[in-house]
Amino acid sequence: MTATDDVSAATAATATTTAPRAGAIGDRLLRKEDARLVTGEARFVDDLQVPGALWAGMVRSPFAHARITGIDGEAARAVPGVRDVLTGPDLRDAWQNPMPCAWPVTEDMRSPEHWPVALDKACFAGDIVAVVLAEDRYAAADGIDAVVVDYEPLTPVVDIADAAGDGTVIHEALGTNRSYTWTLSPDPDAVDRAFAEAAHVVSERYLQQRLIPAAMETRGVVAVPAAYGGEMTLYSATQIPHILKIMTTVTCGVPESKLRVVAPAVGGGFGSKLNVYAEELIAVALARRLGVPVRWTETRSEAAVATIHGRSMIQDMELAADADGHITAVRAKLTADMGAYLQLVTPGIPILGAFLYHGVYDVPAYHFECTGVFTNRTPTDAYRGAGRPEATYAIERAIDALAADVGVDGAEIRRRNYIAPDKFPYESIAGLTYDSGDYEPTLDRALELIDHAGVRAEQQRRRDAGEKVHLGLGIATYVEMCGLAPSRVLASLNYSAGGWEAATVRVLPTGSVQVVSGTTPHGQGHETSWSQIVAEKLGIDPDLVEVLHSDTAVSPLGMDTYGSRSLPVGGVAVGMASDAVLAKARLLAAHQLECAEDDLELVDGSLQVRGTPARTMTLQEIAFEAFSAHNLPDGMEPNLQCQVTYDPPNFTFPFGTHVAVVEVDEETGMVELVDYAAVDDCGNQVNPMIVEGQVHGGIVQGAAQALWEEAVYDDDGNLRNATLVDYGVPSAAELPSFKLDHTVTPSPTNPLGVKGIGEAGTIVSTPTVVNAIVDALSPFGVTDVVMPATPERVWATIEAARSSAPAPAGEGAS
Amino acid sequence: MIPVGFDYVRAGSADEAVSLLAEHGDDAKLLAGGHSLLPLMKLRLATPAVLVDIGRVGDLSHVRQDGGRVHIGALARHHDLGSSDLLREHVPLLAEVAGQVGDPQVRHRGTIGGAIAHGDPASDVPAALLALRATLVARGPGGEREIPVDDFFTGFLETALAPDEMLTEVRVPVVAPGTGWSFRKFNRRAQDWAIVAVAAVAAGNGSGAGVGLVNMGATPVRAAGVEGALDGGASAAEAAALADQGTEPPDDLNASPDFRRHLARVLTRRALDAAGV
Repeated sequence: MTATDDVSAATAATATTTAPRAGAIGDRLLRKEDARLVTGEARFVDDLQVPGALWAGMVRSPFAHARITGIDGEAARAVPGVRDVLTGPDLRDAWQNPMPCAWPVTEDMRSPEHWPVALDKACFAGDIVAVVLAEDRYAAADGIDAVVVDYEPLTPVVDIADAAGDGTVIHEALGTNRSYTWTLSPDPDAVDRAFAEAAHVVSERYLQQRLIPAAMETRGVVAVPAAYGGEMTLYSATQIPHILKIMTTVTCGVPESKLRVVAPAVGGGFGSKLNVYAEELIAVALARRLGVPVRWTETRSEAAVATIHGRSMIQDMELAADADGHITAVRAKLTADMGAYLQLVTPGIPILGAFLYHGVYDVPAYHFECTGVFTNRTPTDAYRGAGRPEATYAIERAIDALAADVGVDGAEIRRRNYIAPDKFPYESIAGLTYDSGDYEPTLDRALELIDHAGVRAEQQRRRDAGEKVHLGLGIATYVEMCGLAPSRVLASLNYSAGGWEAATVRVLPTGSVQVVSGTTPHGQGHETSWSQIVAEKLGIDPDLVEVLHSDTAVSPLGMDTYGSRSLPVGGVAVGMASDAVLAKARLLAAHQLECAEDDLELVDGSLQVRGTPARTMTLQEIAFEAFSAHNLPDGMEPNLQCQVTYDPPNFTFPFGTHVAVVEVDEETGMVELVDYAAVDDCGNQVNPMIVEGQVHGGIVQGAAQALWEEAVYDDDGNLRNATLVDYGVPSAAELPSFKLDHTVTPSPTNPLGVKGIGEAGTIVSTPTVVNAIVDALSPFGVTDVVMPATPERVWATIEAARSSAPAPAGEGAS
Repeated sequence: MIPVGFDYVRAGSADEAVSLLAEHGDDAKLLAGGHSLLPLMKLRLATPAVLVDIGRVGDLSHVRQDGGRVHIGALARHHDLGSSDLLREHVPLLAEVAGQVGDPQVRHRGTIGGAIAHGDPASDVPAALLALRATLVARGPGGEREIPVDDFFTGFLETALAPDEMLTEVRVPVVAPGTGWSFRKFNRRAQDWAIVAVAAVAAGNGSGAGVGLVNMGATPVRAAGVEGALDGGASAAEAAALADQGTEPPDDLNASPDFRRHLARVLTRRALDAAGV
């Protein structure tokens, strides 16, 4: 996303702190990664040259729900270059276990058996029913077209609201389309009481439409078996090489000790590559069976149906409030669309938002429940924000509805309900401990940046003049729980793995520093940020630091990158390992300089005896002494390196307020986002430029849900917009320059005081924009618009309000 | 995203291209900028057996004035037209329209000839040519012929070109200085096809106002009702209310037919207002 921000504003906020040392924490260091990315030097999976590899082509069901009655591969095998055609039954024995779901959210959760290639039934349009193996990708494409599959079409379940009725049961063995119901209700009586006694009750239904993640790089896989010995290397465009390694062992039976997983340069994921996919397990199984490399690269059309989707739920949201608009209870009930199968963390996505439906507000009573249902559509799973954007949308839309009911504006209703700064750490009714926060200053600053009074005056002027292009201003404040996660908390949520992160910092004998990280960047800039942390801690130039990652042979320990966890968990681990290295260096230097450890100070990457600059050792000298081990203190191990595995004591809770200004043309329904201010607080910032980049991209991705994007299905369960022509990912041309600023409220739970910023923009910008549209249309009596707010939908909403007829349901109402 | 196999031949001249078309008949497709044809081939919706590449035919990229008309070679690219001073001076509507086709990459590869010969009703250029009452030049085995733009678009992705004919030139009457014009393109993203667009020129060429509509039927459409009303002395608002008369707008994810009709009326009124009609 190339929209530019108001740099002067951002600079103004940081000017109060002391300038950071060049290249250390706080510096706007240019990203180390970018030169190789912009010059094409970076190697993505599809760039890998693998002689002798066979290309796999996936034959996908064109039906959303159909029994497979026959597969004829004869014509396909006759296509020049095609080696074989394999069906689900042909390949069934290649796997020891079905596709994994690592998050059984309840004890009684129902999960269908999900094999990489369907055995007898296709459950969504795009489900793999056969695999073509060919000598090149062109023959594979021709082979796919030549495979003849006989289907007996079945009635598809396309609508979320219909699924739970079990009119058609997708997975017969489960007996129902309901996967689970998960409830968080600390005191149901208190909630009922609050609603009974409320002066104001808001009751709204919101539709979170399905979104296609649309990472710039589609997925790709190369499985390379060793000529002998049984080793296997899996290259995949994945966010999670470490988790994928374990799951590949479990499903394919390759011993974990003989399996290496590499994520080379990865072009974005947004959660969609936080998964274990059929194509990965197919490639490994075939490479193992045939003893040759097997590869597959997803086409853009395939990506639209074969890679997980995001959001897709119905939210029934209720607020109870007293006469002044203080919220006394929140009740949220969700029906969440799992899609056809449970992928890696599908059922847990709504649960990641379950604790945040009261957002930044001090609420005494809370009820949340979510029912996950199967539909004949692409499985859903993590998409940037994962559960938290949905929660933030519901509370931030509902509180605007409450403001209208109470008769105050959006800023005032929020001020009345914010958790007060003296209440932190704040024990929330949902059971979380918000680490730190001070919400109102972010609202004040955002309103100042947007010229709140000026916008309101112009809005009124247009209304008074009867102009047809209306101005609207929308506000939303968010808090997110990120930094996944304390392992014990994950255990309490039935998540199968822990939430720690590992880091090794190693000063090499010639003075450069290797950092081995268990995080797996795919666009975030970890190599730059981790270098800055080491540079800060060791007093060295960040160019001396090399960051190794995303290869399980190099970095065997890791829990990977998602959920804004990399900095508050992985980055903190890097900082702690750096501290440990420095501590060891001090012991060694004190020994060789014959001084007390306390007499040493770190000056420009050297340890020198306080007041005696002549008695000094550079880090390189210390590292070489540690390497030669000729003169170490008694008991000290050779080499200057330390490994830390850090399990955070709590989540982190970034927050902020965004304000949007839109113009809505009442004659055409066109919405234009004309101004946008964002004031975020992610605690201490390692690289403010990277923070701003994350905020920019996040705002765009969230605004895209509000205005442009939706996976639209027809009644037969076919995705109607499977191309980037039809699926509306926006570009810089549709967006204003963003006005950014920030406050700094460090997290007290980790030594860097950092919180994470990868998802913040996406979490808050969607309700910010929709609130602005509804504000613009309030003179018509409009109280809601269905996302995305397309011109026809907005125009029809205005027309319906004018004639007081009910507004039309959205295409994505299902 | 991988096309069915095909043969590729490169034509060095328009005559060679025409003879290659005659040789291969319906199996052949001309390749110019490729920005309509290649995506269809990659989706396997188009499967020509032979591609005749005319991208290097050198003498068809011109923009020059010839008496009362501007002659534009079929291989002139949208970017060149959008930035042509000659076109800006004499046919500013067409320069404006060319400058709004697709995105910069499309405008640097796509050609005016391709945009016309593809016959896509969602394309911007044909509507402008209707408003401007342009003439198209086709070359076939028997030589060249002129086709009035009103006779050119015969159906969805169908034109009056014979299988062995190639569009070589577009001839557009010079618009008198000071004549009002407007192009109103309505889309959700800058790079998108128009949901509806309206190209309007106030008067001139001795034939009254011209109004062309994008994406309001199976072919690019002339808003004949609007033009007739204006000729009869109607106001811009009165005439614009007839913009959807006789149209059969498509139904797709971006708009229903009814919404397109509404948009056509609104955009036509705005275009006529801007053109000073």
